[in-house]
Amino acid sequence: MKTIVIGVIGADVHAVGNKIIDYTLVNSGYNVINIGVLSSQEDFINAAIETDADLIMVSSLYGHGEIDCRGMREKCIESGLEDILLYVGGNIVVGKQDFNETLKSFKEMGFDRVYPPGTSIDAALEDIKEDLGE
Amino acid sequence: MSNYLLVDFGSTFTKLCAVDVTSEKIIGTAAHYTTVLEDISIGYHNALNLLFDKLGKKIKFDQVIACSSAAGGLKMAAIGLVEELTVEAAKRVCLGAGAKVDLVFSHHLTRKEVKKIKEEDIDIVLLSGGADGGNTENVIYNAKLLGEMGVKIPVIYAGNKSAEDDIIDIFDHYQMDYHICENVMPKINKLNPKCARKTIRNIFLKQIIEAKGIKKIESDIDRVILPTPNAVLEAAKLLSEGYLDEQGIGDIVVVDIGGATTDMYSMCYATNRSDVVLHGLEEPYAKRTVEGDLGMRYSAPGIVKSLSEREIEFINKERGIDIVKEVNERYKNVHLLPHNDRDEFIDQFLAEMCAYRSMNRHVGKIHEVMTPMGKVFNQSGKDLSNVRYVIGTGGVIINSKHQKDILKQTTNILDDKTQLRPENPEFLVDQLYIMAPMGLLAQKNPKLALKLMKENFKELD
Repeated sequence: MKTIVIGVIGADVHAVGNKIIDYTLVNSGYNVINIGVLSSQEDFINAAIETDADLIMVSSLYGHGEIDCRGMREKCIESGLEDILLYVGGNIVVGKQDFNETLKSFKEMGFDRVYPPGTSIDAALEDIKEDLGE
Repeated sequence: MSNYLLVDFGSTFTKLCAVDVTSEKIIGTAAHYTTVLEDISIGYHNALNLLFDKLGKKIKFDQVIACSSAAGGLKMAAIGLVEELTVEAAKRVCLGAGAKVDLVFSHHLTRKEVKKIKEEDIDIVLLSGGADGGNTENVIYNAKLLGEMGVKIPVIYAGNKSAEDDIIDIFDHYQMDYHICENVMPKINKLNPKCARKTIRNIFLKQIIEAKGIKKIESDIDRVILPTPNAVLEAAKLLSEGYLDEQGIGDIVVVDIGGATTDMYSMCYATNRSDVVLHGLEEPYAKRTVEGDLGMRYSAPGIVKSLSEREIEFINKERGIDIVKEVNERYKNVHLLPHNDRDEFIDQFLAEMCAYRSMNRHVGKIHEVMTPMGKVFNQSGKDLSNVRYVIGTGGVIINSKHQKDILKQTTNILDDKTQLRPENPEFLVDQLYIMAPMGLLAQKNPKLALKLMKENFKELD
């Protein structure tokens, strides 16, 4: 069974979407490690090491995603998680910025998949199946 | 009439507590220096004679049971994967079982680290790592290295279930003395201490006691059943929770300042607030932490080591002492008992420092986080702010003329909003030094143990 670590990064307490993601992924047959809201990069990484996770899915709903996610790929590499997949989604930047810009900057930060506001988890599920081969 | 004798073989003193089970009373207590280097029974019999002298007669005991922290106590090495997760879980399990955790290692072990395990008289190794179904590579690597380097002491495996079979093969291959347990952290942030704790206790009973020279006394006593800190933990838990119709006293903190360590126990849930987000590894209801660098004698220099030059100067000036000289004297002469006001004054000061600093490390922390949805509280560790009682035990507190001043150090005296220290507790002192004995009695007769603690703990105004 493939293992996915999910959680909400930074000073962000949006718990509803997190529960929906948890529910959907569990029902789709994944081993879901939900570290909950107010989680730091280190919380995600530590959980991924201990559970030998394949994918970390970061949620950010309050617009500070860019600050909160910066340096996460580098920390993964330092922690021996060179090959782990990183996804991010939610309202990851403030206001109505051009999503292509956002996509570009998160890709540069080492995220494998970046989702615009309003993406349903079902859309992301297709990508997960493709990336994890299940 | 039915009498129990409860014995605590401490590192410095052998303490006795005689209980009449029929009339439900403590008959008497006595203490004498522990003589573990020569023959532990000498100190025991001296203490017993003291007890008989006090009582004015010899009495027979139906049961003699003991706990021990003599000869350095139970020394363990805790090994895990990530520091905040399985390493912390392993460490907590060891502490909860009454051990001293002398070595803590994370990720891949190095040869130097394994060498340390072999050289530092460790009694038991607890090897963990990986949540169930998670990382197996790390524990397998570590098990192999322990085997390759010829570790012969008992090793408890309490890591990822998925690696168990491989681990057994490795341990068998190297003919190691091993025990397999449930994972101490089966899921992220979930603590599962029971199985490993029970195994530690069994190994302690079967193997460690013999190695510590306590076996010699087996003809005199029925058996040694617990490491002393474990007995104290059991007593504290009972006192807090109650037993059947004998009510407990609610949430408590126990502080035990000894010569080599300061032990802090808290009996309460992590929080009872609904407006906080809890972070990190699950907190146990009954939690013990041990500060090996904070103590009155062997570890007195540790108190100064944690101070800056400026703080040392400030203390020396304000208190009119030379703190560095004083702690070194205590370190060199661990049997020193205070003989005059000055000695007492300094011991009092050191005890206050021990209590304050060990609470710093035991207590939970809370941080206000401003989010776009308003203020949120992020908590790690245990919230002790509503604890009803802070209880002091151990020689320095029992003998202090200003007991409350020591216990007060566990509260929020500096009004630090980020620390969840006890806010407004009442203070009790285990004046007869019966906590460990009552932990022993609790194994046989919990109701009586609870009643005796409630009757004999002294309330401070």
